[in-house]
Amino acid sequence: MNAADITNPASPGNNPESNPYALNESSRARTCDTTKLPVCFDAQRFIRLNAVLAVVFLLVGGIAALLLALTRWQTVHLLPADWFYRILTLHGFNMLIFWILFFEVAILYFCCTSLINARLYSRKVAWVSFGMMAAGALMVNGIILAGKADVLLTSYLPLLAHPLFYLGIIFMAVGTLIGVFNFFATLFMARRHKTYEGSVPLVTFGATAAAIIAVVTLLHGAIVMIPTFTYSMGWTAQPDPMWYRMIWWGLGHMSQQVNVCAMVAVWYLVATLAVGAKPLNEAVCRSAFVLYILFINIASAHHLLVDPGVGATWKIWNTSYAMYLAVLASMIHGFTVPASVEVAMRTKGYIKGIFGWVANLPWRNPAFSAVVLSLVIFGFIGGITGVTLGTQQINIIAHNTLRIPGHFHATVVGGTTLAFMGLAYYVVPLIFRRDYIWRSAARIQPWIFAGGITLMSFGMSFAGSMGVARRTWDIDPAGAVYGPPAHVMLGLAGIGGSLAFIGLLLFVLLTVGTLLFGRNNTGRAMESWGEPRDIGDAASVARKTDKEEHKTPGTLVLVLIFLAVFAVYYFANWKALADVWPVR
Amino acid sequence: MSIKPPPSNWFQAPSGNERLWIGLALMWCLIMFVMMPFWHLRGQQNSTGEAYAISPRDFQAQVEQFVERNQVGSEGHDPIVEPPPGGDAYLLARMWSWYPILQLQAGETYRLHISSLDIQHGFSLLPMNMNFQIIPGYDHVLTITPQAPGEYTIVCNEFCGIDHHRMIGKIIVK
Ligand code: HEM
Ligand SMILES: [Cu+2]
Ligand SMILES: [Cu+2]
Repeated sequence: MNAADITNPASPGNNPESNPYALNESSRARTCDTTKLPVCFDAQRFIRLNAVLAVVFLLVGGIAALLLALTRWQTVHLLPADWFYRILTLHGFNMLIFWILFFEVAILYFCCTSLINARLYSRKVAWVSFGMMAAGALMVNGIILAGKADVLLTSYLPLLAHPLFYLGIIFMAVGTLIGVFNFFATLFMARRHKTYEGSVPLVTFGATAAAIIAVVTLLHGAIVMIPTFTYSMGWTAQPDPMWYRMIWWGLGHMSQQVNVCAMVAVWYLVATLAVGAKPLNEAVCRSAFVLYILFINIASAHHLLVDPGVGATWKIWNTSYAMYLAVLASMIHGFTVPASVEVAMRTKGYIKGIFGWVANLPWRNPAFSAVVLSLVIFGFIGGITGVTLGTQQINIIAHNTLRIPGHFHATVVGGTTLAFMGLAYYVVPLIFRRDYIWRSAARIQPWIFAGGITLMSFGMSFAGSMGVARRTWDIDPAGAVYGPPAHVMLGLAGIGGSLAFIGLLLFVLLTVGTLLFGRNNTGRAMESWGEPRDIGDAASVARKTDKEEHKTPGTLVLVLIFLAVFAVYYFANWKALADVWPVR
Repeated sequence: MSIKPPPSNWFQAPSGNERLWIGLALMWCLIMFVMMPFWHLRGQQNSTGEAYAISPRDFQAQVEQFVERNQVGSEGHDPIVEPPPGGDAYLLARMWSWYPILQLQAGETYRLHISSLDIQHGFSLLPMNMNFQIIPGYDHVLTITPQAPGEYTIVCNEFCGIDHHRMIGKIIVK
């Protein structure tokens, strides 16, 4: 007990038994029957509200996705041109902004309450946040569907939308910011009133990193959207289009780093829930999160690599800060997460060979398989393509082609969205307290979605390498420059997209079906998805693991393969660049 | 456990495979950084972002002057224009066309000025797949050296309205 506590009037005094901020002593909380974690009733309510709305927007964005996939597939070419761009705008907003942000606010509320035994700072603030976000989202969707904002996600000036469109975005941003404030206030009160001992858990730390980046991100949003709104009202002059691009990507790119942070936190969380994984070295994991915060600030630069008016030095410096430390952070998490799983499995006795533990992982647990697939797709496809396309000169042969959506559907869809889906397989049983219906379908859902997204990403990337532009309704007016191979690739993307849609729809049906018809599990543990058993007699395992505990040969082989693939892809792109016309 | 506060001695230096991987990854990150300045010195393809502020109206006047001086033919309504070898060439982007058709000599280096009359467009030169952003108010200068003779297609790859997909242009290399 230090001096601050004694002088603090709000402190419960020297009787630690009656800490009104601690969940485990509060009447406004329960103990989870499965994990024994405390659950704050206020947080539970807002986790439910935000998660439900997130899934609604996922469905809206998903239906839009199917329409888009079936339009870019030239043989089907479903929508007319005006509706293609309208639905593309709708898709971008409902997926990248609404589905992701509502779900992230739910994650934040969980991480700042249950994991540190603290009650949610304020119910009122949570209501305001939720209300503003919902109002903003409805405004944006209404205006888009009314045909008054066919400007796509980026709404680059001088394209102009209806003022309510910008106002809706501002509402969404401010609402999220208020939710993030609630998160920080909860953390602050928890620390001040000592609801937990020592440092916050790793998952909360990751969520905090996400929240810090979110604040900077949303401020960029305000800086760019407010003058655009006043311009759309005719009150102020038009902001410079290049200035708009730079600040808009401060919002657009940094929010992707929020998603990466949240996704990695979910990786750690699910690895713990599914196999009892624990990080080898907390300091390494935490430092990697700090790298995200410090080295992402103007990475918006990699969206401006072939723009006029920003020089090469600026571009190189701001994409890499001389050493790509944000990329390093992802490469570190890409090691520590599988390594923690490997160690957990070896400790359980799965010590055969380099990869013996892999076969015995709980592959039938959809949360776990979703997280593994998320890690693989994010790393091997999203990460490698992202860093390569974001290389200053290589961007010349990639900018605004379908290679770009091919890349980010592997990060924010195959990575973040899939990880969030995986988390839902625990959130619904633990927070909504209902066991999943139709469990055999749930077990294959992540594989369908991952397979579809991977195929779509391949199709888009190869079509893009042949010069097929993104955001383009029809490629045939360009004549013979796009041959049959490009059409085949668009077909593959269309098939992959449709498959991904089936996976997405299955997820929504399972989740909504469970909310309506799932068996209530109050008073007992959730029905287990299946866990790896401890095998072997404890004594021999103990003998073995004593030596082997921190040995992670399987993970090392995996990351070395990753590095090799990365290097091949990276230098192949330099080669492709060297073959085009000299330009400077 | 990543969901419980860590033991108080959590701050420790990495060891074993973890340390090895961090070292390898950091080295790879440094290599990727070095490639970019290296390519500026030794490589042929770079985006320097050279640009000058210009109003759309002034840019259009420059393009008209360029066409008047250097027109060598026409195709439909579009003039075919051949800039002096090694000289300045102009290309105007607008909803929804590229103007005029340029005729260049292989192996010569041109200063290609591109800007937009209205909103943002994307200059995408096929089949090489070279892409640059075109923004109204910015005269984007590409110092470019065509290689093999042939007919090349320009498509617009920044969304610019309902007929964006029909915004197709042409460069002829002799
Ligand atoms: C079933 C799953 C999905 C399918 C089939 C799908 C398909 C597509 C297609 C075909 C495009 C248009 C590409 C173009 O022509 O430029 C697109 C764009 C996009 N998608 Fe998805 N998508 C899916 C899920 C998602 C998710 C979950 C997110 C975000 C979390 C997302 C974010 C985006 C964004 C930001 C764009 C670009 C919008 C723009 O250019 O303004 N997509 N998607
Ligand atoms: Cu255009
Ligand atoms: Cu266009």
